[in-house]
Amino acid sequence: MDDVVAPMELEQFIETQENKSLLRFITCGSVDDGKSTLIGRLLYDSQQIYDDQLASLEIDSKKVGTQGSEIDFALLVDGLSAEREQGITIDVAYRYFSTEGRKYIVADTPGHEQYTRNMATGASTADLAVILIDARKGVLTQTRRHSYIVSLLGVKNIILAINKMDLVAYSEEVFKSIEADYRSFADRIGLSDFCAIPISALAGDNIFDAGDNTAWYQGPTLMQQLETVEVTADEAAAAFRFPVQWVNRPNLDFRGFSGTVTSGQIKPGDAIAVLPSGVTSKVKNISTYDGDLDQASAGQAVTLVLHDEIDISRGDVLAAANDRPEVTDQFMAHLLWMADEPMLPSRPYMLKTANKSVSATVTALKHKIDVNTLAHDAGSSLELNELGVCNLFLGEPIAFDAFADNKQMGSFILIDGLTNNTIAMGMIDFGLRRADNIHWQPININKSARARIKDQSPAVLWFTGLSGSGKSTIADIVEQRLYARRNHTIILDGDNVRHGLNKDLGFTDTDRVENIRRIAETSKLMVDAGLMVLVSFISPFRAERRLARELMEEGEFVEIFINASLEVCADRDPKGLYEKAKKGEIKNFTGIDSPYENPEQAEIIIDSANLTPDKAADQIMLYLEENGYLSELDYQI
Amino acid sequence: MSLTNLAKLEAESIHIFREVVAECENPVLLYSIGKDSAVLLHLAMKAFHPSKLPFPVLHVDTTWKFKEMIEFRDRMAAELNLKLIVHTNKEGVEQDIGPFSHGSAKYTDIMKTQALKQALDKYKFDAAFGGARRDEEKSRSKERVFSFRNGSHRWDPKNQRPEMWSIYNGRINKGESIRVFPLSNWTEADIWQYIYQEGIPIVPLYFAQERPVVERDGMLIMVDDDRMPLESGEKPELKRVRFRTLGCYPLTGAIESEADSLPDIIQETILAKTSERQGRVIDQDSTASMEKKKLEGYF
Repeated sequence: MDDVVAPMELEQFIETQENKSLLRFITCGSVDDGKSTLIGRLLYDSQQIYDDQLASLEIDSKKVGTQGSEIDFALLVDGLSAEREQGITIDVAYRYFSTEGRKYIVADTPGHEQYTRNMATGASTADLAVILIDARKGVLTQTRRHSYIVSLLGVKNIILAINKMDLVAYSEEVFKSIEADYRSFADRIGLSDFCAIPISALAGDNIFDAGDNTAWYQGPTLMQQLETVEVTADEAAAAFRFPVQWVNRPNLDFRGFSGTVTSGQIKPGDAIAVLPSGVTSKVKNISTYDGDLDQASAGQAVTLVLHDEIDISRGDVLAAANDRPEVTDQFMAHLLWMADEPMLPSRPYMLKTANKSVSATVTALKHKIDVNTLAHDAGSSLELNELGVCNLFLGEPIAFDAFADNKQMGSFILIDGLTNNTIAMGMIDFGLRRADNIHWQPININKSARARIKDQSPAVLWFTGLSGSGKSTIADIVEQRLYARRNHTIILDGDNVRHGLNKDLGFTDTDRVENIRRIAETSKLMVDAGLMVLVSFISPFRAERRLARELMEEGEFVEIFINASLEVCADRDPKGLYEKAKKGEIKNFTGIDSPYENPEQAEIIIDSANLTPDKAADQIMLYLEENGYLSELDYQI
Repeated sequence: MSLTNLAKLEAESIHIFREVVAECENPVLLYSIGKDSAVLLHLAMKAFHPSKLPFPVLHVDTTWKFKEMIEFRDRMAAELNLKLIVHTNKEGVEQDIGPFSHGSAKYTDIMKTQALKQALDKYKFDAAFGGARRDEEKSRSKERVFSFRNGSHRWDPKNQRPEMWSIYNGRINKGESIRVFPLSNWTEADIWQYIYQEGIPIVPLYFAQERPVVERDGMLIMVDDDRMPLESGEKPELKRVRFRTLGCYPLTGAIESEADSLPDIIQETILAKTSERQGRVIDQDSTASMEKKKLEGYF
């Protein structure tokens, strides 16, 4: 070969190659802002396009290109047939090029709102973002959306590439006005430190070389900025964190914990704490295939061996003993919803952190964020591509740091338990158990939250009917059945209400109404507590039963009419009350000298003259099951 | 001190290996014997050290591989104490399916894609590591590190799972699987530099040497055994050649080269003017041929 270099030079050459740094960046912005063209241009100008690729690019450009007989650089980076046909980018494409000092991984992300999740995928691993703007169009909704996501993901290095300057006659005025417009938005989302560059991806201005068309611009070209930008290693300076991925136990003599140091550094002898347990130990050695290390720092994948035999498994985090992460099962986080199915509070999801999967529910959507105006909107669910701030409740505690302090310790994804799809990404703001956050709790814990930890649907089972119809007997059996299924219940009846709360009330019509009103209000409080309340009162008047019904939410009030004729009841007369009433010894006795108004809309009617109490209870349980009051899973106790 | 490019790539790959072993029940490493597989295997050994490799290594043997590849495979399996599974599509062999008699597309489908699916089904692997890199080819540049496959091993490129940070979602239902690509972010130059830096053994076919080749459709095909039918006028010539990529010998083009050491190869790679996959007959059938093969379950 003609261009063989001398052996010494070759060694140096290889050493340079080996010691390159790595910069990962994304290009984002609205559709047709020229992202793909820009990357094609970068690859072309950095001579990363091979002859055979160039040959097929030239053919494709003529066939499906948008630049007439010129090369359509965008075709280089749109990988899928479907994308090439539609002329749009669906998914993020990764491209690679390198210069003397750096290797670059470029994520070319889709501009359509529909594919925001794919844009976020690319942004999540980026050190830097190039936000493109079409100089003719200025700042668009997608520019703001992508900028917001970039800022949310903690990407600190921003290049604002104002593209297609060739189409606005390289006007400084246009450039300045877009830069100012963008700044007013960027300032509000914490991206004020950005570098604006006027470029033409198509013509090549200010990509590698400045060119002659923007003499008014004195700043760096895009490549100069990429080459010199400092990729700040915040992780190295932060406290030591090591999520345990895998327990490495080849034999009885070796027990190590494999994982990647996500932040800080560690040396043999350093004191560590295991979270969530809080047990402490010291590092004995740092084992790798290439021998033990004196030190490991952020980014390195190693295996740690500890001095003490302690119980550690995947999902635990090893951390600096004197600077530990928090442990919580409740936190507030920003969520980007990425599934077609909307996010619903209370629905169970799987949450995965760096190394742990736990069950999780969103307990409250505090607000949605309008990426265009940054307004906080109220809402009860998040739709595809919507952003919101939520409280989450986990099945078990995890160790975490706020995302702002430590990206890898503060990030998570949500997975749908049925389809296994990744449906959301989340960034933890703070835990909700800390004393200084205690004020969140009264707002967050509501009826459904209370009911959820009891795993049941709160309701009032309102037993009405004549004295002696069998209300209390049947209610007792129903409560026993519910209890056996581990439902949390309470019975309100004459025994525990008339003797306490309502002992000041007699049996006049006024007192009967007040009696029922108090019972209804008490039932409502208990339903708010998440309980299943069995009320067993004659409650003879329709109006008061309606009052009780209207206090509850739709579906929470189940009226059960224990129907037996006066004759049957008087015949049973278990307490001898009918006898006394007939003799006039008891006044205002329902059925005798006070009316009983039959229910008109009872959910359940029990023919108590012909059913045993057990059969009556069967009928009620069946109704509860069929109408979703009982979770099916718990039936076998 | 921040890590170099290669150190970062190595750590990322090791993290991916460990994640799969921690979360999947029955993973396997697809070993194609080439340079990428060599790096993949080396990284796997590093990831689990001092434990042994906690999964088997699968080679889909089309029966048309270079002889030197098979020798190398068996030597590596013995040296590293690997649990090697070799699978060949028996029906394909019975029907005498070959690249010369049936054409590259049909042959590749039956002896590679179908064979791979047979093996994955037979052993019920729920995750399979492959050495594919995103810089190799257009459709690969779009693929996730954890690439979900349905029960028929199909890839749905228009509906890939989002993949955030280094949190990988390997959850699947019964019958589904995940293809995992620990080398996603490596380039060809990274691979060669790493092989050099780590002293990783590779098949000698990568180094220039005099070999018997014929020129066919603009490619130099090595006559590796007597199953290759020579067309009239074709006569094997000894040329100093090497391979940038290795597959089945009738489908793999050699390049003329003097590079017989790793530094020479690295230099040649960095100055190269053609992409490595140009030496692959099977990629040139149509513009989207790799995308099509991937949809059907190929790696």
